[in-house]
Amino acid sequence: MPELRTEEFQINMGPHHPSTHGVCRLLLTMDGEKVVEAVPYVGYLHRAIEKICENRTYHMCIPILDRFEYVTSMSCNYVFSLAAEKLARIEVPERAEYLRVIMLELNRIASHLIFVGTTAMDLGALTPFLYGLRERELIMDLFEMTCGQRLTYNYIRIGGVSRDIPPQFVPKCREAVRIIGGKLADYEGILNENPIWLARMKGIGYADPQQAIAWGVSGPVLRASGVKYDLRRDDPYSIYDKFNFDVAVRWNGDNYDRFLVRIDEIRQSLKIISQALDGLPEGETRAKVKARFKPPAGEVYVRIENSRGEMGVYLVSDGSEKPVRVKTRGGSYNQLQFLPEIVRGRGYLIADLVAIFATFDVIMPEVDR
Amino acid sequence: MLLALMSLELVHIFRWAYGLLADTGLPALWVLLISYALLGAIMFGVLAVLALFLVWWERKIAGHIQQRFGPMRNGWHGWYQTIADAIKLLQKEDVTIDARDRFIFFWAPVVCFVAAFLAYICIPFGNGLIVADLNIGILYIMAVTTFTIIALLMAGWGSNNKYALLGGMRSAAQVVSYEVPMVASILTVIIYVGSLSMVDIVASQQSFFTWFIFRVPFGPIAFLTYITAATAEANRVPFDIPEAEQELVAGFNVEYSGMKFAMFFLAEFLNMFTVSAIAVTLFFGGWNGPWLPSWLWFLGKTLLVVLLLMLFRWTYPRLRVDQLMEFAWKFLVPVTFGNLILAALMKYLGWYW
Repeated sequence: MPELRTEEFQINMGPHHPSTHGVCRLLLTMDGEKVVEAVPYVGYLHRAIEKICENRTYHMCIPILDRFEYVTSMSCNYVFSLAAEKLARIEVPERAEYLRVIMLELNRIASHLIFVGTTAMDLGALTPFLYGLRERELIMDLFEMTCGQRLTYNYIRIGGVSRDIPPQFVPKCREAVRIIGGKLADYEGILNENPIWLARMKGIGYADPQQAIAWGVSGPVLRASGVKYDLRRDDPYSIYDKFNFDVAVRWNGDNYDRFLVRIDEIRQSLKIISQALDGLPEGETRAKVKARFKPPAGEVYVRIENSRGEMGVYLVSDGSEKPVRVKTRGGSYNQLQFLPEIVRGRGYLIADLVAIFATFDVIMPEVDR
Repeated sequence: MLLALMSLELVHIFRWAYGLLADTGLPALWVLLISYALLGAIMFGVLAVLALFLVWWERKIAGHIQQRFGPMRNGWHGWYQTIADAIKLLQKEDVTIDARDRFIFFWAPVVCFVAAFLAYICIPFGNGLIVADLNIGILYIMAVTTFTIIALLMAGWGSNNKYALLGGMRSAAQVVSYEVPMVASILTVIIYVGSLSMVDIVASQQSFFTWFIFRVPFGPIAFLTYITAATAEANRVPFDIPEAEQELVAGFNVEYSGMKFAMFFLAEFLNMFTVSAIAVTLFFGGWNGPWLPSWLWFLGKTLLVVLLLMLFRWTYPRLRVDQLMEFAWKFLVPVTFGNLILAALMKYLGWYW
């Protein structure tokens, strides 16, 4: 029998593909069903957010940056406000800091709930997606009640927050915390006790901690590899040092651990929210900030722990109304760069690649900006 | 009217039409052909309505599992939503690509659709409600449903699309693998019936306790292995890798649009009904049941099995392609053959009822 001639072929996964979470193009080199090489091509969602910010006043930058990472746009609001406050040395009222922490953690939970849903969907289980969105809806209602928006909030402003919470917020938030805490057991029941789910997740997509650090990976992906690194604990900002919480960490670095780390993080966030609600002081919600906000000349880099890793803003001011340079950093970008390292030469199938992509929780607006 | 429905027999319709036409003095061949065409039209109508109903039902079930309502706008609980969808698909422009293989691309959906219909020739819908009681009934059904793979391979190759090709290849590998445990499970029943005819299989399960599902231990095991293999055979989650949306976009039907897509889609739902109907005939006594008309029993039981398949779909993640093969060859095949040997031994020793 003559030898069959086989050859590798290339296939474009994206820019429009159901499981690239936006418009990402992965150029796959395939050997049959096996992925030999995956090269990400980015830039399909580039909106020049950083450049637009250079032509806006500081206050106008915040709604633009809402679109930077729209799944957790509270973080984008916050990180820019923090940079501006650090430049202008503004003291933020304590109540505003508490509200910020509550909103940031609620938004982190919302983001992780979407992660749970989309990961399950990428593995072929369509129902948990709807369950994830169902619980996220409670959080969206809270945001809508507070600032009138459900996706791009523009709530956290320079010097504080745009408005105080309505009186029914606290009881509703406590109820949401209780409901979400109870539903987490359901997710674990429907997914973690399913042998198909375990077979697809366990031992797939091992991320070496040394390599991950070298590629600048941060957030849950790094923590799933056993690196206990969380900016909320290691470089505390806002009032995170007042709260009692653990840094969720897992040791295997595979898909399954990346999933579990996020479930653990939801639990920790619920804990923080409960403490913040208990300790919520009365008082002002915004420091006095001029409408024509002019920070002194200088430069500053601030970073916070977002649901997808380190989120930072590098801000340069020349003392005028508009920033000279706004450079944003999102966790997704580094994770997407790390993806080829994980896939290369390990003989993963295209289905594994989809699962790895899903557990990295890359979202494209954060990559392309 | 009800009485007429209850005594409905396709053979009677055939004889009635044949008698009517024979009086007109047409040549005998024409009379025969027209009578068969009438029968075919009835079957086609029933099955098309059935497929549309199943699509609607699946959407409702999916909706309720996911805590939403599913289609609600068109009629009572959206009952004519799928009819509207079918009309929309009929009207749509048939978008095709230039680089396709014209002949194969065109015929793939047709083959798929026809293969899905052919199986219904010897499925007993009720007492006497069978188009042709072939003496090789179940073998015939297994043979014609396998045509579906050829259609999927044709679609994958003819589309000139790498995703479609991967989907077609996957489906070929999958269906060939799962055919083995499926046939072995069916053989377990055949050993006891001693006939391949679907009518004989139903006749051997007349009383409730002679249904094969109650013939422990081999009956339930055979049913479980059959339903697992049948899920794979019908390309349903967790074995829907040929069209795995999250991996291959839509797999083999990625380049199809309009009515060609609808043909694949309806064929998939008909295949689901076929495997459920076979399950009912083999394990749940077919149309046997008290009080109600036989076709109603058959339909009710089959829809229950279909419901089971739908519940699978909306709760399970999808297996990976290599895990799928491992599951077939390393688990299902040994289990089904072990079960087959067990059933044969029990038959030989007379330990059965």
